[in-house]
Amino acid sequence: MSTPASGDNFSRFDDYWLDSAYDEMFEGAGAPRPHYRALHQLLAEVPAAEMRRRKQAADVTFLNQGITFTVYGREEGTERIFPHDLLPRIITSAEWETIERGLAQRITALNLFLKDIYGEGKCLAAGVVPRHIVYSCKHFRRQMREFSVPRDIYITVVGSDLIRMPDGRFVVLEDNLRVPSGVSYMLTSRQVMKRVFPELFRTAGVRPIDHYSQALLATLRALAPEGRPDPNIVLLTPGVFNSAYFEHAFLARQMGIELVEGRDLAVHDNIVYMRTTAGLRRVDVIYRRVDDDFIDPLAFRSDSTLGAAGLFNAYRSGNVTLANALGTGVADDKALYAYVPAIIRYFLGEDPVLDNVETYLCGDPAQRDHVLGRLDQYVVKAVGESGGYGMLIGPNSTAAEREEFRQRIQADPRNYIAQPTIQLSRAPCFFEGSVEPRHVDLRPYALFGDPITIVPGGLTRVALRKGSLVVNSSQGGGSKDTWVLH
Amino acid sequence: MLSRVADNLYWMSRYLERAEYTARAVGVHFSLMLEREEGPEAGRWTRLLTALGSKEPPTDDPFGALEAFALTQMVDSIDGARENARQVREQIGSEVWEELNRLFHESKRLGAPAAFRAQPFDLISAVNTGAHLFHGIIDSTMLHGEGWQFIQAGRFIERVQHTVRLLDRHFSDFPPDTSEAMNASEHMEWVGLLRSCTAFEAYCKVYTADVSPGRIAEFLLLNAEFPHAVRFGADSLARSLEAVHQVAAGRKADRLGKLAGRLTAALSFTPIEEIMGNLHEFTVTIRRLCGQIHDGIYQASIAYPIDTALGS
Repeated sequence: MSTPASGDNFSRFDDYWLDSAYDEMFEGAGAPRPHYRALHQLLAEVPAAEMRRRKQAADVTFLNQGITFTVYGREEGTERIFPHDLLPRIITSAEWETIERGLAQRITALNLFLKDIYGEGKCLAAGVVPRHIVYSCKHFRRQMREFSVPRDIYITVVGSDLIRMPDGRFVVLEDNLRVPSGVSYMLTSRQVMKRVFPELFRTAGVRPIDHYSQALLATLRALAPEGRPDPNIVLLTPGVFNSAYFEHAFLARQMGIELVEGRDLAVHDNIVYMRTTAGLRRVDVIYRRVDDDFIDPLAFRSDSTLGAAGLFNAYRSGNVTLANALGTGVADDKALYAYVPAIIRYFLGEDPVLDNVETYLCGDPAQRDHVLGRLDQYVVKAVGESGGYGMLIGPNSTAAEREEFRQRIQADPRNYIAQPTIQLSRAPCFFEGSVEPRHVDLRPYALFGDPITIVPGGLTRVALRKGSLVVNSSQGGGSKDTWVLH
Repeated sequence: MLSRVADNLYWMSRYLERAEYTARAVGVHFSLMLEREEGPEAGRWTRLLTALGSKEPPTDDPFGALEAFALTQMVDSIDGARENARQVREQIGSEVWEELNRLFHESKRLGAPAAFRAQPFDLISAVNTGAHLFHGIIDSTMLHGEGWQFIQAGRFIERVQHTVRLLDRHFSDFPPDTSEAMNASEHMEWVGLLRSCTAFEAYCKVYTADVSPGRIAEFLLLNAEFPHAVRFGADSLARSLEAVHQVAAGRKADRLGKLAGRLTAALSFTPIEEIMGNLHEFTVTIRRLCGQIHDGIYQASIAYPIDTALGS
């Protein structure tokens, strides 16, 4: 079913193919979309050796800067260079305008939803979302009931995953409302790309993203407790063995704030301090990159050493602000996801700008039977998992894997959802002299403050293995720089 | 600066210093072994073993024990230095980290037991060169602020403690006896002591090549200009502590300042004749003061109790 994209002498595109999936670069064989023409032209003109040299230069920069992530379960935390593709993914301003509007709408509604379920519970009473979906979610924190978070902002930092359907529409695949990661790759890969393709930047009109760190700092500062005009803001990391430690150190350095671990913090009389060589210093805002469960052994998991004892009470007393708030995971639960369009309509009285992917809840007997009969066509996901773990991709699975998932679903139906296998859109990637299409998604980063800031760009994740639909870095995925044009 | 970061920097530096002096001491003594007068050598290996800090009981094979101990101490210390550096990568800068990381991988390779027994000098010179490079990069690239001062403090406290321990062990095996001329074998041991502190050439500049135990003690203990002399180390330590505690003023810091003052005073104002009268006692005093200073650093800057910090 593959057709050559180019019949002319662009040998670099000999291995390119088009099919039912949306192609980011070509609207038809040999016909690049207008916003990709400059890149297409450049690929045709620049000699192969020069492209390889640029690729090497980019790789060396990544290596030297130590832009790495850690893969769990292999040789006790091996550090790896984040795989990176040379060619940018380009988004037009019209497309971006829709994405921006849709994300702002979605996170506004989800934030209202969180305030509601931890407060009055109106949407539950009205039957918009079934109570059992909320209360059976393992990320629901009853400790957060009847507590109003500063400025009613629960989700300060959001990284939602979007995909593009075969018809070219962007839809939301999942929301990440707890501790979304990857923004450091967006920022560093832009720096690298400026050195690799200066000529394209000059002509294309790429919107800047560098202000992300400043915007994040301003958003965090606005959350400081009352009466703390010059707040001490810190970034709480689980430590050097965490897969995203590079990002934590990077963001702390970019914002000029301290990178702290749980053992640096001490709580006394519901006030959080950090231990410095000049004595204790009060902490006002914590951008925490530690999961809810581990943040305070007194309130949550008692075996955690990553948080600080007493932190939760200090938070509830209003003496310190945590961003994101605790308990936000209930709104990015994959089962709740199916209700997000209804949540948007209920709280905002608007139709969603960005659609969802059609989703079947295995907790519902009729939907479960539908899925179990067609396991080879669906993608099955565990609701609480992330990072591409705990997933079955029906069309690429073996009978034994399907049988295993059938048993898992029957044992714990609430824990699974199914979605049709979607052909994610494809974008051109550079491989040793030739250009081939690979599946991509898009993770833009939104900051919920006043106003909502969504930097024009994001992390385009790409499934570098041929035919693969899984873009997670832990599963052989890589990244691309994402250009949003003026 | 976060206390944890100060702690990591301090120990990174201590561990590296430990690797360095271990490498130098065994390097010198392994080359002494190659040419020797008749006579048992067991004493030398046992002496070196305890001077390097081993607390193992004596064995029948002191050379084997020393070889194993020194290898472990070098490789583990570099591992410790790197592990501490890894947690404060963004504080020390990428060039420092890269050098330490390179040294770590090299020491793993050259420090495999078979490789070390065949070519011990490969590891020894890699450690020496690596440590020198490390400190060179730190001095020329890092902000000479609080973090750098903690690195200096760790380096010199470790060095001072090691040097007095080495002197103490040496003088108890070779009590200075002015009545007899030094024989060739003894001469070699005294030169070995100087070389273990990279001091032979510097010593010759000050005293000529005329080796005498009294002058060696004076040089290694009281010289103010030689970086491996105890007094030089104590002065550097005191300066770093003073710089650090301009930040953390308080009673604990005052106490630490007094301890450092006592250490430098002992080395600046005690005549060598008095020290030679009871050298062992003097080294014990120096080591005790170093131990108290270490505790003092922790109490003032790193592991202070929360309630006292709230009270001040």
